Amino acid sequence: MPTRSNGSSQRTISALVSDRPGVLARISGLFRRRGFNIASLAVGRSEEPGLSRMTFVVEGPDEVVRHVAAQLDRLIDVVEVRDISESNIVWRELALIKVKAPAGARAEVLELVNIFRVNVIDIGVESLTVEITGGRQKIDSFIELVRKFGLQEVIRTGRVATLRGTLIEGEEDGLFQSDASASTYVLPVPTDQTGSV
Amino acid sequence: MTKHLTGSQIVCEALLKEGVSVVFGIPGGAILPLYGVLSQYPNLRHILTRHEQGAAHAADGYARSTGTVGVVFATSGPGATNLVTGLATAMMDSVPMVAITGQVGRAAIGTDAFQEADITGATLPVTKHNYLVMRADDLGRTVHEAFHIARTGRPGPVLIDIPKDVFMEMGNYDPDAPLNLPGYRVPGKADEAQINVAAALINESERPVILAGHGVVLSRSFDELKELAEKAQIPVVTTLLGISSFPEDHVLSTGFPGMHGMAYASLAIDQADLIINFGSRFDDRIVGDSKRFSVGSKKIHVDIDPAEINKTIKVEGPVVGNIKDVFAQLIPKVRKTTHVPWLQHIEHLKAEHPSLRIPESDRLMGQHVVKALSDVTKGDAIITTGVGQHQMWAAQHYQFKNANSWLSSGGAGTMGYEVPSAIGAQVGNPDKLVWSICGDGGFQMTMMELATAAENNLPVKYAILNNNHLGMITQWQTFFYNRDYQAETYTRNPDFVKLAEAYGIKGIRVTSQDQLESAIREANAHEGPVVVDFVIEKVDDLYPMIPAGQSIHELIEDPN
Repeated sequence: MPTRSNGSSQRTISALVSDRPGVLARISGLFRRRGFNIASLAVGRSEEPGLSRMTFVVEGPDEVVRHVAAQLDRLIDVVEVRDISESNIVWRELALIKVKAPAGARAEVLELVNIFRVNVIDIGVESLTVEITGGRQKIDSFIELVRKFGLQEVIRTGRVATLRGTLIEGEEDGLFQSDASASTYVLPVPTDQTGSV
Repeated sequence: MTKHLTGSQIVCEALLKEGVSVVFGIPGGAILPLYGVLSQYPNLRHILTRHEQGAAHAADGYARSTGTVGVVFATSGPGATNLVTGLATAMMDSVPMVAITGQVGRAAIGTDAFQEADITGATLPVTKHNYLVMRADDLGRTVHEAFHIARTGRPGPVLIDIPKDVFMEMGNYDPDAPLNLPGYRVPGKADEAQINVAAALINESERPVILAGHGVVLSRSFDELKELAEKAQIPVVTTLLGISSFPEDHVLSTGFPGMHGMAYASLAIDQADLIINFGSRFDDRIVGDSKRFSVGSKKIHVDIDPAEINKTIKVEGPVVGNIKDVFAQLIPKVRKTTHVPWLQHIEHLKAEHPSLRIPESDRLMGQHVVKALSDVTKGDAIITTGVGQHQMWAAQHYQFKNANSWLSSGGAGTMGYEVPSAIGAQVGNPDKLVWSICGDGGFQMTMMELATAAENNLPVKYAILNNNHLGMITQWQTFFYNRDYQAETYTRNPDFVKLAEAYGIKGIRVTSQDQLESAIREANAHEGPVVVDFVIEKVDDLYPMIPAGQSIHELIEDPN
C-alpha cells in the first residue's frame, strides 16, 4: 500500500454501525478532532436490519489512525470496526464521468471506453457520460486519459471494501499487500509525544 | 407491565426505577413540563442551583462520592450549553452522570427557535453517548439505556435531550423493556492469557511499582489493591485521581508522581523494572516525555477501555477487563514474596527526597493550611478541590484516611469545580465532613453556589487559599515566560468574609499560622456552611516540579 515517508498513508476502515441519526457525526468527529481528512466515505444499509456499513478512507499517520479506529469501537453506535488497510481485501469504487466528445474526438474516446471496459450510460451531442468501476488506479488512469478531451464532470462514490473470502491473490488493482496477521487493528505506539501544554 | 403516561411522568418513573433520589438543576421554558410533575414524585429531591455548571459539578461530586449516577436537569439553549464544562469534566474523569435537557418543540427544531441549541451536536465529544428523543414511547427505554451506559464499562456522562412537546405527549412505558445496544459491550473478566502474562511479569520482577489510577476508585477495588500490594510487597504510587485508593499511612504508600507529585514517587517509577498500572491512562502529567518515561521498566496496563492500552506508552502486559475482576483473577497467581532491597531503596528515596517539607516561614502558606486541615480533621474529611496550586498542595499535604475521599478535576482541570462538587458530595454524604479547598480564582468562578449550600443548609466548609493571584499562572510566567507577569493578579478580590455573610453563611478570616487550628475547629463545629478566608503568602511557588513534556531528570525539587 502507498506509504509516504512520514509514515502517513491512506487507510481503509470498515465499520458496522447502528442505522440511526447522528452516527456519521459521531464517527467523523473523532477524525475531525485530530484534523484528519476523510478522503472518501461510503455508507449503506448492511445485510443486517438496523445496521449500516461504512467504508471510509482516511489520511493520517498510521499509528494515529489505528488509535482512532480503537476509539471508534468505543462509540455506542459502532458495533464493529476494522482497519482493513493491511488485510487481504477487495475494494471498488464507481465514478460517473462526463467528458466532451464532439464528432471528431468521439471515436478516440470510445476506443478508451472499450479498452477500460467502461459503460457508456448517456450520449449527448457534444458529450458522453460513462460509468467506470474499479480500483482507484484504474479510475485515475481513465480520467487522466480523457482529460485532454475536456472533463465536464467527475463524480466518484468513494471506496467500498470487503475482506476476501479466500486467500488467493487477486488482481493487483484494488488489492493491498496481503498481511493476514493484521486483519484487525493493532493498537499504536506514538513515536513522538508533542503538544504538551 | 406497560403504563400509559406523559413523557414527563415516564422520565420520573424511569429515574426512580434507576434508584435516583436526588437531582440537581435549574428549570426553564422547555423543561417546565418535567418540573410540572415533580410534585407527584416526592422521592425525587430536586436541588436548585444558581448556574447549570454548578448543577453539573454537583451531580459529578455526588456521583464520585457515592458511586452512583449523578443526575442533572437543564433547559434548552443556554441552560444546556452551560452544562458543557460539567459534562467535559465528568467525561475526562470517567464519572457516571445522566443529564436531561429540555429542547424546543419538535416542529421548531432546526429553525433557530428561541432558546434552541443543538445540544446533542455540541456535546458529542464530551459525553459517552447522547440521545435526542422524538417520541414519548422511546423515553423509558432511553433513560434506562442512558443509566446502563453511564455506570457500566468505563463510566461517563450521558445526555438525553427531550423536546418540550415530547414531555407532554402520552406514551407507553414498560419498565422491563429490553435495552437496544448492539454496539455496546461491557468488559468483565480479562482474557486468561493476558492474566498469565501479567502474573509472570509480576513474579519475575525485582523492582515493581503499582500505579493505581482512578479505575481503582471507580471499580471500588480498594481491598483488592491492598491485598495484592501486601501479598507481593509492592510499593503503591497513586495517580492524582488515584489518591485515596490506598491508605496513605500504609508502609507501601509511595505518594503520587508527575508534574507536581512527590519526587520519590516519580523516582520509584523511573527506577522500577516493572510498572503495574491499574486504571490510569498514563496521562501526560505523569508521563511527561513519553520517550524517556521509565525506560528501564516493563509495563502492565490494566484498563477496562481497550482504546487506552498502548495509547501513550507501549506495554508488555496489556490486560483489558474490569479492574475488580482482574484483581480477583490476578491475586491467586501472584507469588507471595518480599522485595526487601527494593523497598529499602524506596525508603531511602523517601528520606533523600522528602518533597513534602514545608519551607520555614512565619507567614501563612498554603501548605500550612492543608497540613492543619489534615491534622485537625485527622484525614477523615471528604476533600474537593479546584485546579492550580491549592489543588497540588491539597494532594500533597492532606493525608487521606478513607477510601474515595478525594474529589478533584484531574483530566479536564476545571477551575471552579471545587465549590459545587462539595455541595454534591455533602448531599450524598450528609453525615460526613466535607471540606472544599479552593483557590481564590476558582472560587470566584462558581461562588454563586454558596446560595445553594445556604438554602439547603449543607454544612460544607470552604477553605479559600487566598493569595490574590492565579498562583499557578504566576509560577509558569516565572519559569517559562521570563517573569513577564500578565493577568495573574487579582487587585480587587471581594472581602470573602463579607461575601459569605451576604449569603447568610458564617465567614472566618485567618491571617496567621497560630489562628489555623482554632479557626478550623470553629468551622467544623458550626452546623451550617462556612467560608474560611485563609490569607496566604502572596507568591509561593509549588515544588517539586517537572516542567511539561520533560522527564524526572529535569525535576526541580526545591530551589530554596
